Amino acid sequence: MGWKILSKKFLNNEQSVFEMVVEAPDMAKKAHGGNFVILRLTEQGERFPLTVADYDVEKGTITIVVMKIGKSTTELSLMEPGEEILDFVGPLGKSAHIEKYEHPVVLVGGGVGIAPIFPQAKELKAIGNHVIVILGARTKDLLFWEDKFRQIVDEVIVTTDDGSYGKKGFVTDRLKELMENKPLSHVIAIGPIIMMKFVAKLTNGQGDLPKIPTTVSLNPIMVDGTGMCGGCRFLTLDGQAKFACVDGPDVDGHNVNFDNLIARNSRFQREEHERLEKFEHECKLLAMADKAEGECKE
Amino acid sequence: MRKYQIIKTRTPMPQQDPHERAHNFSEVALGYTEEMAIKEANRCIQCKTRPCVKGCPVEVPIPEFIAKVAAHDFEGAIDKIKEKNVLPAICGRVCPQETQCEAKCTLGKITGSRPVAIGRLERFVADWEQRVKDIGEFDEGTCVDLSGKTKVAVIGAGPAGLTCAGELAKLDYDVTIFEAFHKTGGVLVYGIPEFRLPKKIVQKEIDNLRECGVKIKLDAVVGKLYTLEDLEEQGYKAFFIGVGAGLPIFLNIPGIELNGVLSANEYLTRVNLMKAYDPSYDTMVDSGKVIAVLGGGNVAMDSARTALRLGAEKVIVVYRRSEKEIPARREEYEHAVEEGIEFHFLRNPTKIIGDEKGFVKEMEVIKMELGEPDASGRRRPIPIPGSEYTISVDLVIMAIGTRANPLLTQNIPNLKLNKWGYIEVNKHMQSSIPNVFAGGDIVTGSATVISAMGAGKEAAKGIHKFLQGKLDDS
Repeated sequence: MGWKILSKKFLNNEQSVFEMVVEAPDMAKKAHGGNFVILRLTEQGERFPLTVADYDVEKGTITIVVMKIGKSTTELSLMEPGEEILDFVGPLGKSAHIEKYEHPVVLVGGGVGIAPIFPQAKELKAIGNHVIVILGARTKDLLFWEDKFRQIVDEVIVTTDDGSYGKKGFVTDRLKELMENKPLSHVIAIGPIIMMKFVAKLTNGQGDLPKIPTTVSLNPIMVDGTGMCGGCRFLTLDGQAKFACVDGPDVDGHNVNFDNLIARNSRFQREEHERLEKFEHECKLLAMADKAEGECKE
Repeated sequence: MRKYQIIKTRTPMPQQDPHERAHNFSEVALGYTEEMAIKEANRCIQCKTRPCVKGCPVEVPIPEFIAKVAAHDFEGAIDKIKEKNVLPAICGRVCPQETQCEAKCTLGKITGSRPVAIGRLERFVADWEQRVKDIGEFDEGTCVDLSGKTKVAVIGAGPAGLTCAGELAKLDYDVTIFEAFHKTGGVLVYGIPEFRLPKKIVQKEIDNLRECGVKIKLDAVVGKLYTLEDLEEQGYKAFFIGVGAGLPIFLNIPGIELNGVLSANEYLTRVNLMKAYDPSYDTMVDSGKVIAVLGGGNVAMDSARTALRLGAEKVIVVYRRSEKEIPARREEYEHAVEEGIEFHFLRNPTKIIGDEKGFVKEMEVIKMELGEPDASGRRRPIPIPGSEYTISVDLVIMAIGTRANPLLTQNIPNLKLNKWGYIEVNKHMQSSIPNVFAGGDIVTGSATVISAMGAGKEAAKGIHKFLQGKLDDS
């Protein structure tokens, strides 16, 4: 028993980010923006969380967008349509809060975080919000889904760190421009922790600009995703420990200790690095063996 | 009439050498041989009052099965046990017999005499069955097919859910267990370590249930993937909730956010369920030279002994009361001491101190003294002002209990919970919703495997009566 991969598409030339559509009809009926799934690829594999990037009730599918960073995500990138993911558990976490706001809502997606803002943009638009998205990436090649967003939202603003596409700069530069120009009701930011930290800093009302309620999406280390292990705990600014898997993953961006979040994500950095190196080495050896076998046959 | 001779001492249980076992995950207690089992069974005086049966939450006919063992009829013995207990190989290992059946044993009341080793005998008989019936891989084709019968959903595949499902299948219901994890067994697979309860044993017991017609749906988080209404639409007529207690408690002290501070739930899940001790598995687990475990229960003992086996140089259990109050089973505590775990009694952590990168470096503890008994009847630990001192540690594992997990219960409208979030049930284990029953830790808070099994069994009876329209409220 497993969950069938229906399609896989690399989203950049470097093939470091890919989109995968998985057949999961029961989950598709329940999934919303803000939810995540836990995957396990093999009997020896670890459990790891990924945020839902899209869902289709009619087709019975869940879409995930993944960046190759460790062994498990690299292994997933090597799987092909028709193959099955051993475990695909969800939809977990609280669904994003969706309401009709007075002023525009801005969704900020940075890097691979562009994907999980999509279902929230879709849901916010569906109930009549004016939806603006800011898509940010390091460089043009890492930017994806621009057209997909253009089909559903009111405004799409693109920005790259190196200026290779859209305006040069950071998502915070674009958000600041928007904030200076018009009233905004809500900001949702998903991306690298450091990006979310600076978005939250911009909107917390402590600078020259007005305060705008801001939601960020946490993606800490977790095992079960149901509140049982507490590995995903994070600190609020008033010192409380909360669990991202059940109290989030979408939480109030103005009440998160981002520096602790960054530190907690480095928990297995050394081990992860060693494991990935070993895996890549094994892959190379296997490829060499395959090649040698091919040459022998010839 | 047969005359019984009083033999005061128990037949010892063979065990792995403490020095050796402290470095491996193989089972600590090795089990009786046939000769040992018969010898121990012959100690039972077959008293008329059978107090041991009353000490058992599932009322195993103990003297009867022991008589069969004494008569070398192991098949008869397992049949006797299985009349009341569907998971004997597990109970024989993890039940606290010393406070249940064995505590009531007549033989144990005689001066200088120890009770019959009922747990060891139960384990022997269950293992004997698994050995003789070991006909290789589980075969789905041999399962009883209960499709078409009345459907009942069991939520959670731990001791309560497994027992309830097994009993319901015996009563001819089409039972499906919904499990959130990728593996069946609940605390038996994620919590209790391999060296205390080999996972192979758990798997065999679960295969037995499947052969009786119980269906299992893994990766299914009820409350998220399905609501109870969804399951009702799928034809389920009654529900049993046995999802366990769940959320780990962290001490409310500075430093719990540091890397290297983790719940026993997480530590044990990484090692047991995800097999982090086996290098061929991907799951990682935090390691360190000096590991402090907070708490004095069985989970603390399991965590400490696991840490030792994963290569820690020194493992310290920090407990706020004295040795006398330790809630762990005596046997587990003694095993831990034998293996070289250090116990720091009457100590309580006050803060955890990290290095510049956010990893644990030290822990500050305060000395405690015992005051008047508190609500639990145990003497309350009181901090001694100014007695704080610091110890160097690499990891801090918190084994100080769990709270109710609201993941499922908050998604069931009208389900009555008590003030701690546990489900309220009547004596039939029925909740405020007539076709929803519950048992185990989600009703009682953290308790034992066997009490969860007892609850699962009661609930199965309740569900049966309910579905026959015979459940009265008296």
